[in-house]
Amino acid sequence: MKPFALSLLAMLCLSAAHAEPTATGDLGLIIERAKGSVLLVDQSERAALARIEGLGDLSHASLVYSSDERFAYVFGRDGGLTKVDIVKREIANRVVQAGNAIGGAISDDGTLVAVSNYEPGGVRIFDADTLEMVADIATDSKTIGLVDAPGRRFVFTMWDTGETWIADLSGALEITKIPDMGDRPYDALITANGRTYITGLFGEDGLTALDLWSETPEPIRVLPNYGRGQEEMPVYKMPHLEGWAHTGAEFVLPAVGHHEVLWIDADSLQETGRTRTHGQPVFAMARPDGRHVWVNFAHPLNDTIQVIDTVTKQIVHEFKPGPAVLHMEFTPRGHEVWLSVRDAGKVMIYDTHTFEKLREIEADSPSGIFFTARAHRTGL
Amino acid sequence: MDRFTKTYRDPVPPPRRRTRSMFTANAVFSAAFLLATAALAAETIDPGALKRLVHQDCGSCHGLTLKGGLGPDLRAENIQHHDVDSLKFVILNGIPETPMPPWQPLISEEEAEWVARYLLDPETME
Repeated sequence: MKPFALSLLAMLCLSAAHAEPTATGDLGLIIERAKGSVLLVDQSERAALARIEGLGDLSHASLVYSSDERFAYVFGRDGGLTKVDIVKREIANRVVQAGNAIGGAISDDGTLVAVSNYEPGGVRIFDADTLEMVADIATDSKTIGLVDAPGRRFVFTMWDTGETWIADLSGALEITKIPDMGDRPYDALITANGRTYITGLFGEDGLTALDLWSETPEPIRVLPNYGRGQEEMPVYKMPHLEGWAHTGAEFVLPAVGHHEVLWIDADSLQETGRTRTHGQPVFAMARPDGRHVWVNFAHPLNDTIQVIDTVTKQIVHEFKPGPAVLHMEFTPRGHEVWLSVRDAGKVMIYDTHTFEKLREIEADSPSGIFFTARAHRTGL
Repeated sequence: MDRFTKTYRDPVPPPRRRTRSMFTANAVFSAAFLLATAALAAETIDPGALKRLVHQDCGSCHGLTLKGGLGPDLRAENIQHHDVDSLKFVILNGIPETPMPPWQPLISEEEAEWVARYLLDPETME
């Protein structure tokens, strides 16, 4: 801890003094959830550069990047929206926009930042430059699964009422409401091309998709009753939907209440397979080339990672990085992966081909890891 | 909105009441049980680990500061209408048809009781 603090201090002094231009393409931020800080890291150096503090309650925090990869918009649980300047390594602006928030998104043109709120339920949209509110969409429900869609649109879903809304801000705000998405949607994803939006359901076995290329998107049931005949298992942490495997054009998604991941054909939305897993999957994330999917698990099996080959759908590697593996982030071309191991107070870096551990970085209760390459991807 | 109120309106069932006829047997059993576990409990209750469980793992739905998220607000000032028994019951058994899972497979009765007391009065459990 001490050498780390010293090197951090040295870095901070250095950063204040040096006037070198900073390239941000290899940088990333790691959420330190208990401390309310983010750790600025360099992915190619495998090093921490600086800690930026004062971001409030960061449990379940996430962030998106401005299209120039200079600013991060950090969405805190306490409703705080913090704009972090990763070049100057400081907070550029901060507003507390709600009492209880769950995540956000940035519009395709980079000018609008939207935040999804539990309390008051709804979505608020801010000017990315000034953080002034430009739209306030009340939904009377906890909102989840907020993503950006092409054409200056945001898509989000109501936990309580099972509706999905599409907010179109290409002109004056227009909202399209799609009812009957299912019982208690808990999260959603949008495919990289911005066409398909999929919500996972807590209240029923199954998922619901929307074809956003359709003039009038209708709910499409995916894998209804996928757990039929199986015993429901307790879910100690809700899964996240954030991965999609490209190989063979399939989605891979965590099941809820069943210890397996589900494979779905991206065109037909029909099931193409299942893989039994070690526990309740939380993240099933495809390595950027799509060859492998890495899966972590809910409490109390959250010390383990399984790696699944997307061609054979078989588990090819399993290991235990340490207590409470909360999140993983691949380098943009997938040669390395960073894992946050919360209760070890470390972020661990692995080679994704040899599975060899390359480096550990000290971090305070690390959770989400976000590299700047996300700036250029729809839905991230 | 309907589904929301239906799901979350006072989700905590009232504490179970023991019938009079069962009381004696139960008391004897409880006394024996308490004697048997008292020594054990001192060793098995790890307040640090339980506090971590509350804030980190309960916190994944109820928030790190317990102010609520997908699950309801669990801060002491907002749950005083519950008692130790009813909270302990919910922790161990979960609430059917809601995301609250039963923690019985993972923690003991004593640990659940500690968590219930901690939620109701965090100060005295420090």
